[in-house]
Amino acid sequence: MPEVRRLLARAGVADPESLEAYRSLGGYAALARVAERGPAWVLSELEASGLLGRGGAAFPAGRKWRAVAEAAGRRRVVCNADESEPGTFKDRVLMEQDPFAVVEAMTIAGLTVAAEDGLVYVRGEYRLAAARLRRAIDQAERAGLLGADVAGTGRAFWIRVVRGAGAYICGEETALFNSVEGRRGEPRNKPPFPTQAGLFGDPTLVNNVETLCNVPIVVLEGASGFRRYGTDRSTGTKLFCVSGHVERPGLYEVPFGTTLGELLALAGGVWRGRRLQAVLCGGAAGTFLGPDRLDLPLTFEGLQPVGGTVGSGAVIVLDETASLWDIVLRVARFFQEESCGQCVPCRVGTQRQLEIVTRLASGRARPEDPQLLADIGAAMTDASICGLGQTAAGAVLSALALRPGAPSSSNGGASAAHGRPGEVV
Amino acid sequence: MSIVIEVDGRTLGADEGMTILQALRRAGMDAPTLCYHPNLTPVNVCRACVVEVEGSRALVPSCSRRVEPGMRVRTDTERVRRARKVVLEMLASSVDTSTAPELAAHLAAYHGDPARFGSDVARVLEPLRDDNDLYVRDYAKCILCYKCVEACGEDAQHTFALTVAGRGFAARIDTGADAPLLESRCVFCGNCVAVCPTGALMPLIEHRMRQAGEWDESRQHVAETICPYCGVGCALELHVQGNRIVKVTSPADHDITRGNLCVKGRFGFTYVNPDPGGR
Repeated sequence: MPEVRRLLARAGVADPESLEAYRSLGGYAALARVAERGPAWVLSELEASGLLGRGGAAFPAGRKWRAVAEAAGRRRVVCNADESEPGTFKDRVLMEQDPFAVVEAMTIAGLTVAAEDGLVYVRGEYRLAAARLRRAIDQAERAGLLGADVAGTGRAFWIRVVRGAGAYICGEETALFNSVEGRRGEPRNKPPFPTQAGLFGDPTLVNNVETLCNVPIVVLEGASGFRRYGTDRSTGTKLFCVSGHVERPGLYEVPFGTTLGELLALAGGVWRGRRLQAVLCGGAAGTFLGPDRLDLPLTFEGLQPVGGTVGSGAVIVLDETASLWDIVLRVARFFQEESCGQCVPCRVGTQRQLEIVTRLASGRARPEDPQLLADIGAAMTDASICGLGQTAAGAVLSALALRPGAPSSSNGGASAAHGRPGEVV
Repeated sequence: MSIVIEVDGRTLGADEGMTILQALRRAGMDAPTLCYHPNLTPVNVCRACVVEVEGSRALVPSCSRRVEPGMRVRTDTERVRRARKVVLEMLASSVDTSTAPELAAHLAAYHGDPARFGSDVARVLEPLRDDNDLYVRDYAKCILCYKCVEACGEDAQHTFALTVAGRGFAARIDTGADAPLLESRCVFCGNCVAVCPTGALMPLIEHRMRQAGEWDESRQHVAETICPYCGVGCALELHVQGNRIVKVTSPADHDITRGNLCVKGRFGFTYVNPDPGGR
């Protein structure tokens, strides 16, 4: 399946610091249509579009928007731009190359759910993205597309930019709220869900950058137009961040349903003519897929049966020379460092997992280690408060499944670490 | 009994607003808890009380999830038992449990073996903080249940001397830049000590007696009285060993105190003892 450019239509084409350039390429046509058709129409189109959240949880966007629109009291819109999943850079490209699209999409959200307060929580390291968003907000305000009277609708909507301070956990939506409120970055108890009680206790619509950027497309093309791409259950296109051992790493937009093999081919295939060892699909919170999975369609429904996940859209490619267990060790260390420490399964589980993976990676595995990893993984996945702990064992356990012979000192961790693709499965 | 739920195939009545745990306990069932306290807002961090709720992907903390009509709960599945057991094992492999009877009891009930993670694992290593005349802080025993933070903050005292600092396995209860208690906002009410489930927070007298091998609860009796200091009338439980008051508590289910006291009621008793100068 070919690469398409819908979310990326303006990226690298329009001057990201010019409102005029954005408008000349179709920008703000969607807001005009929303002003004309009204919130009820937007909600029904969004629901019919089947758009699922792109932040990792794949929650139906239309259902979320309706829940906030029907909530009582002051409402808020939050754009989660704390893109911190290792190997993920799609939101960065959208914000840096097409910041007005983020602003327009948030404005549509504000008008639709009747919120006046919008907030973008930008990953601290994304200085350029934050600067371009601020510039875009400023220009939109001066053009009357944001502020006290949005595009002549008589409705107010404001956006402010808040930069994160470097914690992975603050990309979890409720930890994000705590961070904005000046509290410790810890996930909150759910329920209540953000749509009921979110930022400052108000019903809050929180969407990922990529999810929001799909909204103007739904508005302009209608649900049926949006559904021209993708599958019945995974509608539209998806941004995949392909990195690692490929010829042309980068950001690729493809329709859902494109196979993993087709995506890798777009990126020029495994570099230097080497063979594929594994793909870490979904980032650190994702799972390893072996070369036997190249025919797998990249959809929510296609990846689930094999324990995979679209996740954040990170696709990290390892060739035959990579040390799988070194990568697993880095993933385990990442979660041990980023756990907030609030709940026991994640706080202690990420620590114990790191200790065991350290043994595996250095060829000092003990016979009981696979069972320990399975038990720790089950406790983290089942009993952690938030998505961090619930996904912290996925990569480790999927690596174990790919290399069942690895974790024993008898066959040596080192040979397992440099296993050849032929030995897989 | 406005709501009917199903637990392990049994039909239970529950009131609206009740948590699953409350419904369980009223029906004579139970779930192990460590961070739960009836007078504190559930923080659901220990995850020992998790149950399966039909329709929920992950397990659900029974201490905080409210009952809903028709909710189907399972407390006896392999998945629940495994998560609870591993959680208890992980805690016990991390901290000194020598004065944590609840944790030890739960661990035994689930046949947990904390030693299976190995003898060379990271543990919570913190020096004893013995920096004032009233209570010690031994964070090597701390399971981060947040009860002290809650009791010091919005759930009782509103002093906010305690918080959590650090992340992941390095997270610790902190007074703000690890200040000694006398330099912190602490008002020495001891309400944190009263709710600590592991003995990480302990009155100095109890700590000294334990160190000397003198602490013996089998030789203690409790005398109930009313605090003599002011007109509020807080109920006191005087723990007496060898004709000396060794600790003062207040019943958690008492209408006036809900287990809380002030510095005078909790610690101002040594004048009663035969040797009031000594601690």
